[in-house]
Amino acid sequence: MLKYIGFRIFQALLGLWFIATLVFILSRSIGDPAEVFTARNSGVDAREIMAAKLGLDRPVHEQYLKFLGQLVRLDLGDSVSNGIPVTQILVERMPATFTLGLVALIFALALSLPLGVLGAVYRDSAIDWIAKVLAFLGQSMPPFWSGIMLIILFAVVWEMLPPAGKGGWQSYILPGFTLGWGVMAGMVRLVRSSMMDVLDSDYVAMARAKGLPEAVVIGKHALRNALLPVLTYSSLVLGAFMNGSVVVEQVFAWPGIGTSAVQSVVRRDFPVIQGVVIVFGSFFILINLFVDILYAVIDPRIKYTP
Amino acid sequence: MVNRNAEDDILLRVEGLKTYFFQRNAVLKAVDGVSFTVAQGEAVGLVGESGSGKTMTCLSLMRLVPQPGARIVEGEIWFKDENLLDITEHEMRAYRGHRMAIIMQDPQTSLNPVYSIGEQVAEPVRLHLKERGQQAMTRVLDALRAVRIPRPEQRLVQYPHQFSGGMRQRVVAAMGLTTQPELLIADEPTTSLDVTIQAQFLRLIRELQQESGTSVIWVTHDLGIVAQMCDRVNVMYAGRIVESGRVRQIYKEPQHPYTRALLDSVPLMGARRDKLYQIEGQPPDLRSIPQGCPFWPRCPEAMDKCKEQYPPRTSLGGQDFVHCWLTEEGR
Repeated sequence: MLKYIGFRIFQALLGLWFIATLVFILSRSIGDPAEVFTARNSGVDAREIMAAKLGLDRPVHEQYLKFLGQLVRLDLGDSVSNGIPVTQILVERMPATFTLGLVALIFALALSLPLGVLGAVYRDSAIDWIAKVLAFLGQSMPPFWSGIMLIILFAVVWEMLPPAGKGGWQSYILPGFTLGWGVMAGMVRLVRSSMMDVLDSDYVAMARAKGLPEAVVIGKHALRNALLPVLTYSSLVLGAFMNGSVVVEQVFAWPGIGTSAVQSVVRRDFPVIQGVVIVFGSFFILINLFVDILYAVIDPRIKYTP
Repeated sequence: MVNRNAEDDILLRVEGLKTYFFQRNAVLKAVDGVSFTVAQGEAVGLVGESGSGKTMTCLSLMRLVPQPGARIVEGEIWFKDENLLDITEHEMRAYRGHRMAIIMQDPQTSLNPVYSIGEQVAEPVRLHLKERGQQAMTRVLDALRAVRIPRPEQRLVQYPHQFSGGMRQRVVAAMGLTTQPELLIADEPTTSLDVTIQAQFLRLIRELQQESGTSVIWVTHDLGIVAQMCDRVNVMYAGRIVESGRVRQIYKEPQHPYTRALLDSVPLMGARRDKLYQIEGQPPDLRSIPQGCPFWPRCPEAMDKCKEQYPPRTSLGGQDFVHCWLTEEGR
């Protein structure tokens, strides 16, 4: 088990290094940043001052090592537009995005697990149809549209929930649901089909033949096996939340990383974009690491094959 | 082998059992009027080709036919003095895994991969015998020892993937036998094991059966196993029992042409035959069983009568019987 975890942590660090390098290469291959940040007619001097300020006058390998060194010390440079350290911006905005992602995941799981399981157990029943319709809607509506529709219904027409911004717990409901809905769609289908496979298996028949009540057969013997593919999917889904948050945070004026990503793209604030990409990438890798370890906890067959 | 002729010694009596699959446009008669008895301590074979309804008969006995789709439409299953088709699902659960247990075909898939062996064997003990903790563990260890699993204390915490096929089937057997059931249903438990492991497993079950006096229903298509394991045998064809008799009697004088054909298609050690006998044709489609005797299209001795009417039950003395016009006409 420890060997497996150690190996996976090593893989994760390798992944982080790869992302950092990719960001470094990309930021230098799509044009001269110093050119971008200086006004078009400001002349050679301004460009060179900017280049010196960004460290672009040094040889590439030196820039690369400096970049990695700063990264290890969590120094991502300063925002070009307002001079605030990128790390500070990220630290301020990360909690809002992560709590929103968490709320969305809770929504997605809380809906898709029971709906998927019941849909598989009671095939073609009313609950199965409700699950199918919810999944169909979630999958076919883009979040920027469903978000606006939810605002119109719940905030404008019925005045039940705040339309935008981050405040009390009520303010989490609409953006969290919007972000979670699309994800829940795929998850319901996955839970349902994976549960159906497991319900047809011999060990479930065996559990029934032991005289176990149906709730134990499904909750203990079937569900744990059915969750394995769902867990893998959840790790991918959290990546999708990162993408989704860029859109949903705009719709709900949510003060998270997604919003800063959009703002910094508009302002061409390169260090901030780099920071956002690195944070999203690292988060994705960390989630994968966590899920892989969880996988080994749930499925005993995994521990021995790193 | 215990005394098995007295009427009050009957453990299980199945009467006219019918289990059908209801499909979109057809009704598949998997079990179509099966009757047989199992005495206390007796081992009864259920023999037939794939698709003859053996497994469905067993699942019907436990009331575990596949849902949705299949349904027990008619019949009685008397377990001692209770008809299992009259009791509630809750009452039925007290039978499963306690008074009757099943060993399924494939040991690779009948254990849950995510729970340890100890946990899975302990489940029926906790559920039915209401034993917990150390007491339950002792019983689990005893069960694993009884099926000759080496070092049971260490094996207890291991998972199915750490066991070989033969050992897994022993675990399944231990799971069924911990609660000392009165009836053990063994549904082709050795089909997926190789021959040497198969012989070991058969010997083990035979010994355990003799020690405990458990009745056993052996489902198989292997007449060699029946000869080795059973007192009586029921031959199934197209969802019905076509011949029933004591094993020795049936091997000596098979009455039904199908039974004879099955016996002829078993390779015999030392016997000189150029080509192994083979039953012509295919088993019938259970959605459209031919009128008359379902075996007539494949029967070498089929008469006109066979195509028109299903043969009645002809008693062969004692509980032995056959459904065949040849025997019926011959007397």
